[in-house]
Amino acid sequence: MSEPVIQIEQLYKEYVTEAGVVPVLKEVEVTVNPGEFVAIMGPSGSGKSTFMNILGCLDVATSGRYRLNGRDVNRLDRDELAILRNQTIGFVFQGFNLLPRANLEDNVALPLIYRGIGRNERLAAAREMLEKVGLGKYCRSRPNQISGGQQQRVAIARALVNQPRLLLADEPTGNLDTRTSKEIMSLFSELNQRDGITIVLVTHEPDIAAWAHRLVRLADGRVIYDGPIAHAAPEHLESTA
Amino acid sequence: MILPMLSEAWMAMWANRMRTILTMLGMVIGVGAVIMMLAVGQGAQQQVQASIASMGSNLFIILSGSTTSGGVRMGGGAIPTLTVADAQALEELPGMVAVAPSSPGTAQLVYGPNNWSTQIIGTTPSYLQVRDWQVAAGSAFTDSDIRSATRVALLGQTVAQNLFGDEDPVNKTIRIKNSPYVVLGVLAAKGQSLDGRDQDDTVLVPVTTAQRKLFGTQFIGTVRFIMAQAESADAMPAVEKGINELLRQRHRIREGADSDFFVRNLTAMANTAAETAQVMSLMLGAIASISLLVGGIGIMNIMLVSVTERTREIGIRMAMGARGRDILLQFLLEAVIISVIGCLIGVLLGVGGALFVGKLTGMAVVVTVASIVMAFAVAAAVGIFFGWYPARKASMLSPIEALRFQ
Repeated sequence: MSEPVIQIEQLYKEYVTEAGVVPVLKEVEVTVNPGEFVAIMGPSGSGKSTFMNILGCLDVATSGRYRLNGRDVNRLDRDELAILRNQTIGFVFQGFNLLPRANLEDNVALPLIYRGIGRNERLAAAREMLEKVGLGKYCRSRPNQISGGQQQRVAIARALVNQPRLLLADEPTGNLDTRTSKEIMSLFSELNQRDGITIVLVTHEPDIAAWAHRLVRLADGRVIYDGPIAHAAPEHLESTA
Repeated sequence: MILPMLSEAWMAMWANRMRTILTMLGMVIGVGAVIMMLAVGQGAQQQVQASIASMGSNLFIILSGSTTSGGVRMGGGAIPTLTVADAQALEELPGMVAVAPSSPGTAQLVYGPNNWSTQIIGTTPSYLQVRDWQVAAGSAFTDSDIRSATRVALLGQTVAQNLFGDEDPVNKTIRIKNSPYVVLGVLAAKGQSLDGRDQDDTVLVPVTTAQRKLFGTQFIGTVRFIMAQAESADAMPAVEKGINELLRQRHRIREGADSDFFVRNLTAMANTAAETAQVMSLMLGAIASISLLVGGIGIMNIMLVSVTERTREIGIRMAMGARGRDILLQFLLEAVIISVIGCLIGVLLGVGGALFVGKLTGMAVVVTVASIVMAFAVAAAVGIFFGWYPARKASMLSPIEALRFQ
């Protein structure tokens, strides 16, 4: 069997605030293999967003080990983490996080800039990605000229433009209505099944989690369930909104 | 890496057009002011230097002294103590190049229907050498004209213009105090003197002619002043000492008694004027540089605001794989582009403004390539210097904190 994409051992994360040290993640151990589609659920404050940020190399753990594609992330410096974010991970946010002043193709092409790819090639790749998510005719539009569901699809196109092996999504449907959420989820599902992209997704809606194959339930900074969605107890699938 | 960052920087600047233009304005005014001030300052400096050059170099003027008669002290030149013979003796001094005795006066000139009143200087051919003055047309009078006191004259440009208009004055006869004088030649134009007098409004005649036929003298052979030229600036102190010693000896002045003449070092006086002009030029440049500095601080101010305002954008870029140096480069480029474009416009406005001021006021303005190059270098340096801190601040942000920033 091939090497795991994500391998996390004894992960701790604490925040230092004025009120003192607040532990957010405790002894988290998760392994994700290539091609998996994992949903992470948990009530507010369970640490799922922090966990996601650490997975996405946007934040660093206080202690513990995180191996991404076999590389020890703890040992990398700022620049190496940036390269990892650029080429290995695609990140989709709840709030889309598109650049408001850039048009869609420039937004999608953004990660390619930091890979040193020429403008024509960049824009061609961006257009191809937009085509793939069904927004080919909006290349020159601004993010504020399209709907929320379309914006999230642009964000997905941007996350995929560097052909990452891992797609991380932090409540990607949190700002969308049910119908649009379904469209987005079927896009994720297609990417997972057809292209074999590993997906880790945070959500608090059972309907959304149901698209995944595996569930990781966090509570109070600890993993309380990790296994196939089909075998999860009803309380583990409970809505956490 | 620069090229895509350049277009990113351009995009951000274009999105904030108004702010970019206002920031640029600080730079435009700064650079424009520096170029204009330097142009005016250097123009003034050049004008002074031209006047000095027109005066002749390493120059002394020797004036006859004052006298006291019954408690009433007369001014300099009141008693005629200097003579043509003094001038001839001075020529023998070591380090002396040329000596010109001068006997000035004023008279009415007439040619045909035209007449003109001007200063007439009786002198020797050496005068042209001392004053570094060329003959533009015809020829100068010679030593034989001095010996025989012939009625000949050299006209300054202004005089020639007023008497003859477009006509060629050479070998024409004019009348001075009703006597006929042959115009031997016309002097080259010299322009204004340091004190603004028109140096071309003058006529030269042989010193002997002036003494005997034109103005007359109290005592035979006396002149009002003598101009003398030393061979170099270094030789001037020794020559000045020589003049004093020789003339005191010739005038039989006892040890301790006052001299009956004054020696003035004209070149030293002129150099003071030149230094003043230079100081003024430097001061104008310094004042203008302050506005350049203020423009630079304006850039830093705006860039700092921009970094804070775009923290979220920086977070997004970092999440998409921008390294610290990519962010640094983007913000630095913005600052440099603003300052360089501002500088370009400033150069155009500065040069245009300087020429306009020159035209409007008649002041001499000199725009040098050096001042433009300097303004450019300073503008680029200001952009990098004042852009560095905000850019560095942006590049040091943590991706997650930048993303959370609202």
